[in-house]
Amino acid sequence: MKSWIENIDKPIKYALGFIVLVLIVGNIYTLINLGTMPFFSPNYLLQQLQVASFLGLIATGMMVVILLGHIDLSVPWTLTCAAMTATAVGGDGAMLAGLTAGLIIGLINGIGVAFLRVPSMIFTLGVNTVVQGLMIVHTGGYAPQTASTPIMNFLATGYIAGIPTALFVWAAIGGLIIFMLNRTPMGRYLYAMGNREVAAYLSGVNTRLILIAAFVICSLCAAMAGILLAGYSAKAYQGMGDLYLLPAIAAVVIGGTNILGGKGTLAGTVVGAILIVLLQSVLSVMQMPEAGRQIIYGSVIIGMLLVYGRAEKKES
Amino acid sequence: MSNFKIWMASNWRLFLAIGIFCLIYGTYSFLHPAGGSSRLFVQNSNESFVLISVAMAQTLPVLTGGLDLSVGSVMTMINALASNVVNGSPTEVFLGIILCLCSAALAGFINGCIIVYGRLQPIIVTLATGAVFMGIALFLRPTPGGEVDGDLSFAATFDLNEIFFTYGWPLPEWFENSLGLIPTPVVLIVIVVLVIWVPFKNSVTGRGCYAVGSAEGAAYMSGLNVDRSRLAAYTLAGLFAGIGGLYLALQTGSGNADIPQAGAYTLNSIAAVVIGGTSLYGGIGGVVGSIFGAMSLRAISFNFRVFDADGPLGFISDPLLQPLFEGSILLIAVSAGAARVFSIKNRLNLFGS
Repeated sequence: MKSWIENIDKPIKYALGFIVLVLIVGNIYTLINLGTMPFFSPNYLLQQLQVASFLGLIATGMMVVILLGHIDLSVPWTLTCAAMTATAVGGDGAMLAGLTAGLIIGLINGIGVAFLRVPSMIFTLGVNTVVQGLMIVHTGGYAPQTASTPIMNFLATGYIAGIPTALFVWAAIGGLIIFMLNRTPMGRYLYAMGNREVAAYLSGVNTRLILIAAFVICSLCAAMAGILLAGYSAKAYQGMGDLYLLPAIAAVVIGGTNILGGKGTLAGTVVGAILIVLLQSVLSVMQMPEAGRQIIYGSVIIGMLLVYGRAEKKES
Repeated sequence: MSNFKIWMASNWRLFLAIGIFCLIYGTYSFLHPAGGSSRLFVQNSNESFVLISVAMAQTLPVLTGGLDLSVGSVMTMINALASNVVNGSPTEVFLGIILCLCSAALAGFINGCIIVYGRLQPIIVTLATGAVFMGIALFLRPTPGGEVDGDLSFAATFDLNEIFFTYGWPLPEWFENSLGLIPTPVVLIVIVVLVIWVPFKNSVTGRGCYAVGSAEGAAYMSGLNVDRSRLAAYTLAGLFAGIGGLYLALQTGSGNADIPQAGAYTLNSIAAVVIGGTSLYGGIGGVVGSIFGAMSLRAISFNFRVFDADGPLGFISDPLLQPLFEGSILLIAVSAGAARVFSIKNRLNLFGS
């Protein structure tokens, strides 16, 4: 009988270990310089989880697309578009309008990839630019003057029983995705298509429908994150999504998902997102300059992958 | 099939790219009051050089079936480095340039080593190393500024006559009004292609890049040195991106570790490569196509400047609409390649590369 530690995925084990390491190093630093250990306080950790829920939501959607062996580079402006639409519409329909915007972008991405067979990397890149163009026309190039609605503010910054509401949103959507991946045919098809699309097609899977569904899920997650982010800062602004694309991909990959598709768990993605947010937070508390942060950030991704993400060695 | 048909079949993507460029740039030259003049060519080629370099850089990894998301960062890193070392006495300037080019190739080589020997996916490795290179760029140039040799700046960013004027060399009269009007950046690109790309493409290693991109397993089984080809592809990608960074430093006379700009160059390089006829699945295409792809992308934005704001198509020149138009044209261009999907008889062929 294996111990429970051996049952955890290798990537999750290493990522969790690294999270603890980051916290310990951060604490030693503050203990020496300030005489306090802020990084183990529940308040700090809850606050970080709240920040991580935005990245976590985006990474959740991204993972669904990456499981298929595709990628969605339109996330930054999908997020911004949803946030701007939501704040512009306002009132009770704000969130619905934002999610609808995400749904439309997801449908366009999915149709482009599924029917036109354009490589997703270049098609979503094009869609990203088009949506950016639309938003610049919409706002006139300035920061929009509209504000987020009270519900959005509550979802992003509120607390229920001392726990940030954003965490509940993340948990609810994450739970849905886990159910979808493990308990529905759609989940099986996602893994099957990620491994070998033509085999899934010949087995009678409606591959086009699954592709479109995956891109819609990704865009909806990004749109939800955009709505939350708008609530978090009480407004939408140009370029609010630009900082989330690469960390989201990194979170998915650090969590053990194969970038070529077919393999990965949501638990890994969650741990990956938390790791990246904590790393950024601890480095900024340590007053590391931007240059050092970039270098450490990149080195950590490569280091983690070298430990457990390597491909099989070719045998002749 | 006749030889001509075979030749066309393997090169039609390149000709399409050249055709697209001629169409877009032709429209621009026709509408521009100074269209066709040497001064305008100099200006346009200056504006295109850096994108052309990163597009050339992106081509090689894409040919091997990979991707390099660090080309913009390498470009920016070398830009920051050049603003520190390319100044002073002529010897120092020369050594500075050598240092920049070597660092660029080294950055690419490191990418290649991690990908080949670390057995990791190129897209994610270069994503991470891109952050590292950006960090180094910020160390080298925390705030925009620095100094680049002024003479060299002038010589590299105008026409060939300017090289003679700058360094006070005697200028032959027959040269001044003919060859001397050719923009220097154009000559630099041609030199890079003739000295680096053409020999590389015809070497065993260069052929190997195409083979790896077409069918890595088959290339390996045929005894090709797959690892060496991929290492060479990423090293050359670094070098090409570094040339772009060096040129940007000469053009602006300074260095700037601009993160959004690096990202924009990386993404545009992918678009340029695709428009230039290189398949994202690898094995098909080449650097020359990417050059035309990059120039087409640039020429699209040139066009917005010359439409008469009061004319019937005046709305096109509205600066607010430009990002939308540029995006739409990019999207249409990449979707146009999907035409084959509708002529495929066996749907199984859809899933191939």
